[in-house]
Amino acid sequence: MKQQLIKYSLIFFAFGIGFTACKKDSNNNNNNPTLYQQDDQMARPAINTVFISAANKDQFNTTAPKDMSATFGAEMKTKLLALNPGYTTNLLGLTPDQFIGVLSTDVLNASTTGTTSFYDGTHVLTGRALNDDVIDVELTLIFGGPDGSANPGLTSDHVNANDAAFLTTFPYLANPH
Amino acid sequence: MKSRKIVVTAIAAVAITIGGILFAADHNDSPTVKNQPTDITDVYVFQATDPNNLVFVANTQGLLAPSATAAAAFDPNTLIEIKIDNNGDNVEDLVIQAIYANGKMNIYGPVSPSMTGTMSKVEGAITASVDVTPYSASSPVTATGSNGIKVFAGPRDDPFFFDLDQFKAILAGTATSFNNPGTDTFAGTNVMSVVVEVPKTLLNATTGKINVWLTTNKKV
Repeated sequence: MKQQLIKYSLIFFAFGIGFTACKKDSNNNNNNPTLYQQDDQMARPAINTVFISAANKDQFNTTAPKDMSATFGAEMKTKLLALNPGYTTNLLGLTPDQFIGVLSTDVLNASTTGTTSFYDGTHVLTGRALNDDVIDVELTLIFGGPDGSANPGLTSDHVNANDAAFLTTFPYLANPH
Repeated sequence: MKSRKIVVTAIAAVAITIGGILFAADHNDSPTVKNQPTDITDVYVFQATDPNNLVFVANTQGLLAPSATAAAAFDPNTLIEIKIDNNGDNVEDLVIQAIYANGKMNIYGPVSPSMTGTMSKVEGAITASVDVTPYSASSPVTATGSNGIKVFAGPRDDPFFFDLDQFKAILAGTATSFNNPGTDTFAGTNVMSVVVEVPKTLLNATTGKINVWLTTNKKV
């Protein structure tokens, strides 16, 4: 009787594991999870589009940020100096190596304790708000020289705001056109 | 497969030569994702109206004309993932995941992922879920999860603004400066958007700083 009980228990136990495994397989079992392969990534605006060559754009999108600087830093510096051969430093006082050092690890820095802005004159890289004119910031840092006044035809696209007003409450983005 | 990739790359190279690929925030930025549901257009991170919360915006599938927006849809095989480093090593410590299923956008996390890097799996349990707002809706459908996470998913105006066409002309050498006023290439276009508002206390941001990046991941 006792032996039979053990036997039944073992059978139930085995079935239990079997059912558990089956159920989890259809969702996400740690032993056999459904995997998702990275296709695209983005942090700061326009890094891949502006600084990475056409041949390497897919590779950039599938390289983890911690590995980007070693892989793409040299290419990005070359591109910076091709875009602006006269680059010395920028409004943030960054040399080409320093500027590319920041850009080539493509993460969006954000503050969890205060104002969030891409750059507002006071806050530098503390987030990205919907109405931040990120393109003018980037153009100024690439073309504007040490005080932002160089190449005045290239430091603003003169599109200074979105075409639709943002909402003041969640989800903040405007209704579709 | 390899030869197909070479063909695609060759076509892309031709397209670039004739100025066919767009430069933008991240819209259509590489051959693999061009016009795919995995194409990211933008990511935003900002303090919410409630300063105790942080907002993450993940926009995909850009340059949707109004006439194309009703048919635009989220892809059940695309995992949208906001990756958060909270200790400064540029490796994700937390992920917020969004995946579409049966008319809903389900949110997982913020949760410490079991794997880091360019391969992902859905992590943990659903923390918030919302019906995807249809294009025809007059106002956005939102939901709040049990831990205070708010979520929205659906078509929105593309919040990005840029005189892309003039920038392309400058790069091509057919113009030497921007126009004043410029022309917003993204005016009147829509994106497929996921917006998640998260209590800051869930981010374990002991230094007050986080590093964020947005990824899209296709089911293997």
